[in-house]
Amino acid sequence: MDALISQLQRQFRDYTISLYQQDFLDDQFTELKKLQDDGSPDFVAEVLSLFFEDCVKLISNMARALDQTTGAVDFSTVGASVHQLKGSSSSVGAKRVKALCVSFKDFCEAQNFEGCVRCLQQVDIEYKTLKTKLQDLFNLEKQIIQAGGIVPQVDIN
Amino acid sequence: MSKVETKMSKQTKPTETKKKLNVLIVDDDAINRTLHARIINQIGGVSKTAGNGEEAVILHRDGNASFDLILMDKEMPERDGASATKKLREMKVTSMIIGVTTLADNEEERAAFMEAGLNHCLAKPLSKENLLPLINHLLDA
Repeated sequence: MDALISQLQRQFRDYTISLYQQDFLDDQFTELKKLQDDGSPDFVAEVLSLFFEDCVKLISNMARALDQTTGAVDFSTVGASVHQLKGSSSSVGAKRVKALCVSFKDFCEAQNFEGCVRCLQQVDIEYKTLKTKLQDLFNLEKQIIQAGGIVPQVDIN
Repeated sequence: MSKVETKMSKQTKPTETKKKLNVLIVDDDAINRTLHARIINQIGGVSKTAGNGEEAVILHRDGNASFDLILMDKEMPERDGASATKKLREMKVTSMIIGVTTLADNEEERAAFMEAGLNHCLAKPLSKENLLPLINHLLDA
């Protein structure tokens, strides 16, 4: 059993580090984890759940605003949604999503329709990829705990 | 110096505010409200939230609201942070008010927000590390 726990802990450490190295996450995610303790054991999952709900809602808003079949493109609504998504991705440490929002905002301000559509597609892919990767991370945590082990603190620096 | 004296002379960083604070968190973003409430909880305070500046003003209208600290986001629909702060000061609200800005805000925008009646400004994202020393400093003032 000890060998299994050690293996899972190693996998968890390596996977966590890879998420930071590949810029899926940044320091703000580390800050988020510091806010979780025995009194609020599901805090990170709750906040991430809010973030992913935000992504769905805002991407839907942006898609509607960029739909040329309904009339002129509403760059103001797109811009407002991008601003919100940038804020929430920054708050949870979703580094790639936040970086995309910066480019997206520039395209909105330039009223560049093709640029906005490309960014929207990329944001959709990135948040879904992040969601899958974090789910894998939380599954590893669960496996460690179920095996009787402790989830290791991972030093990113 | 003895070991005991050495130990006592080392500055230990506080983990909580100097007094238990009753805090109002004013932000239109649910994630920020959740994060800031958790930080306040970790530094020993209790919090209530409002979704925008207008809600914050309404909470104070009957004169019974009593918050030691208000964390006021800058950009919000209905009533923004500067307008809400100005209104609360006109209503003689004496709570400490810390404005919460973004890194994108320039000096002029921050100065204008301060002018509304803030005690201080901090840029998002807030953390225990940047909020706690500021609160304790303001409590000392």
